Amino acid sequence: MNIIQQDFYTQAILSLAALVGLTSFLMLGQGRLLRLIFVFAAQGLLLTLTTAVAAYSLNNHHLYISAVLTLTLKVIFIPWMLRREVIQMNTHRDIEALHNQTAVMLGGATLMVFSYYVLHPIVQTTSAVMLNALAVSLSVVLLGMLLMISHRQAVAHVVGFMSIENGLFFAAIVATNGMPMVVELGVAFDVLVAAVLFGIFFFHIRTSIDSLDVDLLNRLHEVDK
Amino acid sequence: MILVLAYCAVLLSFASGLLALLMNQRATLLELSQYWFKKFPNSNGHYLRLIDSNLKENRFSHLLRLTVFAVLGLSGIFAVLAGVSVLISKEIVTDQISLGLPWLPWHVRFDCLSGFFFLIIGIAVSAVSLYGPGYVHAYAEKQHPFAVLGLFTGLFISGMLLVLLADDAFFFMIAWELMSVASYFLVAFQHEHAANRRAAFLYLLMAEVGALAIILGFGVLASFTDGFTFDALREAKLSSTWASIAFVLALLGFGMKAGIVPVHVWLPEAHPVAPSHISALMSGVMLKVALYGLIRFCYDLIGEVQWHWGVVLLVVGTVSALGGILYAMMQTNLKRLLAYSSVENIGIIFMVLGLSMIFMDNGHPHLAALGLLAALFHGFNHALFKNLLFLGAGLIHHQTHELNIDMMGGLIRRMPQTSKLFLIGCMSISSLPLFNGFVSEWLAFQTALQVDVLDNGVLRSLIPVAAAALALTAALAAACFVKVFGLIFLGQSRSRNCDKAHEVKDKGMLAGPALLAGLCFFSGIFPGVIIYLLNSVAGQLLGQTLPNDSALGWLWLAPVSAEQASYSPPLVLIAALIAAGISFWYLRRNPATVMRRAEPWDCGFGGLTPRMQYTSSAFTMPLRRIFAKVWIIDEQIDKDMQGAMNQDVAAIHYQLQVHDHSWPRLYEPVAQAVNNIAKQVGRIQTGNIRVYLGYSFVTLIIMLWVIS
Amino acid sequence: MNWLMAAFQTLLFAALAPLLAGWLKWCKCRLQNRKAPSLLQPYRDLFKLTNKQPVVAEQASWLFLIAPYIIFSATVLAATVVPLIAVDLPTSASADVIVMVGFFAFARFFLALAGLDIGTAFGGMGSSREMTISSLAEPAMLMAVFTLTMAASTTNLSIAISHVLNEGLVLRPSFVFALFALILVAIAETGRVPVDNPATHLELTMIHEAMILEYSGRHLALIEWASQLKLMLYGVLIANIFFPWGIAETFGAQALGFGLLAIMGKLALLAIFLAISETLVAKMRLFRVQEYLSFAYLLGLLGMLSHIILEASR
Repeated sequence: MNIIQQDFYTQAILSLAALVGLTSFLMLGQGRLLRLIFVFAAQGLLLTLTTAVAAYSLNNHHLYISAVLTLTLKVIFIPWMLRREVIQMNTHRDIEALHNQTAVMLGGATLMVFSYYVLHPIVQTTSAVMLNALAVSLSVVLLGMLLMISHRQAVAHVVGFMSIENGLFFAAIVATNGMPMVVELGVAFDVLVAAVLFGIFFFHIRTSIDSLDVDLLNRLHEVDK
Repeated sequence: MILVLAYCAVLLSFASGLLALLMNQRATLLELSQYWFKKFPNSNGHYLRLIDSNLKENRFSHLLRLTVFAVLGLSGIFAVLAGVSVLISKEIVTDQISLGLPWLPWHVRFDCLSGFFFLIIGIAVSAVSLYGPGYVHAYAEKQHPFAVLGLFTGLFISGMLLVLLADDAFFFMIAWELMSVASYFLVAFQHEHAANRRAAFLYLLMAEVGALAIILGFGVLASFTDGFTFDALREAKLSSTWASIAFVLALLGFGMKAGIVPVHVWLPEAHPVAPSHISALMSGVMLKVALYGLIRFCYDLIGEVQWHWGVVLLVVGTVSALGGILYAMMQTNLKRLLAYSSVENIGIIFMVLGLSMIFMDNGHPHLAALGLLAALFHGFNHALFKNLLFLGAGLIHHQTHELNIDMMGGLIRRMPQTSKLFLIGCMSISSLPLFNGFVSEWLAFQTALQVDVLDNGVLRSLIPVAAAALALTAALAAACFVKVFGLIFLGQSRSRNCDKAHEVKDKGMLAGPALLAGLCFFSGIFPGVIIYLLNSVAGQLLGQTLPNDSALGWLWLAPVSAEQASYSPPLVLIAALIAAGISFWYLRRNPATVMRRAEPWDCGFGGLTPRMQYTSSAFTMPLRRIFAKVWIIDEQIDKDMQGAMNQDVAAIHYQLQVHDHSWPRLYEPVAQAVNNIAKQVGRIQTGNIRVYLGYSFVTLIIMLWVIS
Repeated sequence: MNWLMAAFQTLLFAALAPLLAGWLKWCKCRLQNRKAPSLLQPYRDLFKLTNKQPVVAEQASWLFLIAPYIIFSATVLAATVVPLIAVDLPTSASADVIVMVGFFAFARFFLALAGLDIGTAFGGMGSSREMTISSLAEPAMLMAVFTLTMAASTTNLSIAISHVLNEGLVLRPSFVFALFALILVAIAETGRVPVDNPATHLELTMIHEAMILEYSGRHLALIEWASQLKLMLYGVLIANIFFPWGIAETFGAQALGFGLLAIMGKLALLAIFLAISETLVAKMRLFRVQEYLSFAYLLGLLGMLSHIILEASR
């Protein structure tokens, strides 16, 4: 496959895929929570754009609804909620000391290559564009997990979880040219519920350990060491 | 005819070693000559006086040193001639020498690959022979006898040349061992320090372990065929698993000699303690012989290279290159630093060789040829500039008795010639354009950039990462050698020894490095010449040469095609001269602006002292902080307090030690394991004589049983 | 003809570089509510310096004296390689983009040595920092440039740029990464905020200025001119690789004139962006620079990988 031979839609989707991948990387290396949330919102915006582009070029109208949903949920509501949470907790001035930041980043790059390597034999039959988009979304999923592993703040965990969902969403848009409306609405609702649940969850952690650092949850360990 | 030249080179180096033995035989020679003239009293009296005067105490030793090195130089010249003539004629010459065991004659084969390495050795040996007489003069004859040094130097060089000529596994190993053992004695030459003996022992140990791996590698090949000649080994049909096993053994064996990470630890120990011209030969040439061995083993003997090996080489090479230069950066001992830098360069060579293997197995022989060429070219370049830098280090050591670069400084004004030569070496090794180091790095990048032709996704993403690492290595090398040149030659001198230093008197000691510096520059400006020679190596080994670049003329370098990449150093040189000339002329035209000398700005503290300058550890501090995990850093700051509340700092002591990770991670566990096993084995040594008798008895019984 | 064109283009480079510096300074002054010096002020400064008597430290060696000439020549040579107003340069064939990076390395090598020559603490500090930063920036730069060269499958800048030009508007994800990486590297390599501040002589933060502290007169003029050239070079690289439209493909007077206008417009725009970012962003601590540059390196690497994985896979 060569990019010059592709139509404009494909080029745009690939560029957006690359940018979505980049935002995942940015999140991985981010120590400040507010910035992390900002990058997450940017990723949501890119997803909205992808959906809109897909809706426009595939002439698939219900995708516009999906785009609007993404915009309100992932760009506005959830970031706003997380931001409020962080400011309330007064953790927005903390810088999380990331251990082995370089190693984590390199691990991220390796994951990207790895997801490409894994998908290569599976998606052999379909077009190369599909392979690339799927590889990027798989790597977004894996990077989200890596984000959750490497960060200690509960907020970062939520962002990681949401970005995993973003990766799946991206794959769904690109690979299936838009899911059935029902599924989309269901997913959107799920995300909303998850966000609310996380809000409650934060509230509980905070009352029990006075912090959102998940490492401190170790204190709840029942067996004395 | 070509073979005669090659034999001459070997014999002459051998002869120079034997000649050196005459050093202690002055009295015998004197007697001999008197006996001769008594027997033939009517022979010419003129000769009598000549010989008598030459056999005088002080004159004799000087003359003998000159003769030994002259013979060595002659051997170098013959090696160059042999190499160049086989490269031009593209012949393969074979021969048999009936030495050794009667039914095992030594097979000799001289082809382009050997010829190219002959060329490298020849150039290095010629430069060393110009340099040697002045350098060894400084050794006290009682403590460090020249006879020993000369003998082992000759044996060492002839060993290296024989390795290149060998065409059967036995001969190869004999020559290999000759090279290793002779160089062991050279490393141990200054044996009065315990540290030197330890370094030499480490070297011998690793050389022998490496040799064992090589023998096993040959064994694997030989088990699939009959006989140990290389011709027979070439015929061996190996399954891909066995071929990989043979490759791993060869990589281990030759890699130990070449000094790839993590089996590099002997290099920084052994190189600083050997005499400088020997470390120049070891670092510049002997590592290349190991490279020769690997290329011969993989490309010629096994034949079918596999891309997995290429990946292994690529990874190992990348680690060596980055590790080597980062460790080099932290060293304060000049020769140790250069030794680590050799690790880096060998890493680069292995990396490019790996690329070549990957392309070869994926069916792109012309790109494989490009990679092989880049690797060999870098080997050639490294031989030139590393030799130059080691000889330069020897010059500095000779004049200042210092090897610690934190104690030097300001030598550019005291040793102007040396500083110019050393600068050329530093520029070449930092791969700046117009010098040879750049050309081979350029070729390496061009090889890596051809990754688009590959199908395998992992390779396609791995190779750019390696290219990035190569770029990082090159940039770090430049930083490292700015440090080296800046601290040694620039600024103010940091010790009294350096204050008193002056340019070396002996012209030969400057001529050797000058020859190498000239070649560095020449092959940087006219790389086409070397590439022409290398093309015949690639042609014989891979059956593929680089595409004809004559469309662009001989001034141009266009390894893939003119469309894709081209570089023309002569034109760049001309443009550089024009630009520099114009600016120089324009700015110097006004006679009113003659330069004025004044004191430098000292921030109003009154007088700059040498202690205000940046030291080696200060210079590398930012990098030390950035790459902190690469080393084991032991940093101690002690403050002496005084005053009323013990709060004034009177003095600060700063100590920094940087250690290699490979010791605690690899070698100490191995040593521990060996000790443990030895203890287990030691149990059968009870000390009781009856038990020992029992052992003999049981052995006897078993033997008898086996025989029956 | 082609060679004449190359020479002309190089002269144009050298002539326009101070103007760009003046324009940048002007923009910054306006943004910071100051009165701006004339656009021609850098020319006047250079002229003044060339006619002043240079003062050189007593212990300066020959290396210190020839270094400015070498630095300037190497930078000019780098400028000959980069197409400014027209593609199809013969000089781009005699030295490709890797050689161009090599020229920068050459200039930097001598600059750092000159900083060490006098033996002041400042010089050593500047050299050490410069070599550290550049050794991290150079690989990032090569990665960004390799993305272009692999897309165009040539390292010859002229051919690569005309390849991008003739391909029309293609959205390449790799170019997005490479563009960002190159911008970050350009800021670091030309010593702009947030890596280094060209307007300060505060000892703790100096990098470039620390090395050239002992230079004066014509030597200083050459080094200043070289750094202005370097700024322009990076600007032209960014402008012509990623937005090559407007560059002349034939040597007609009209095409060339249009090419000149186009590149001046692009550079003016870039300078405005730079001025805005310099006004908004604060200078980093020295040890944050590594994170900044490793991010640039990562971007370059991602650009390369996304070229290989997304754009040219099979």
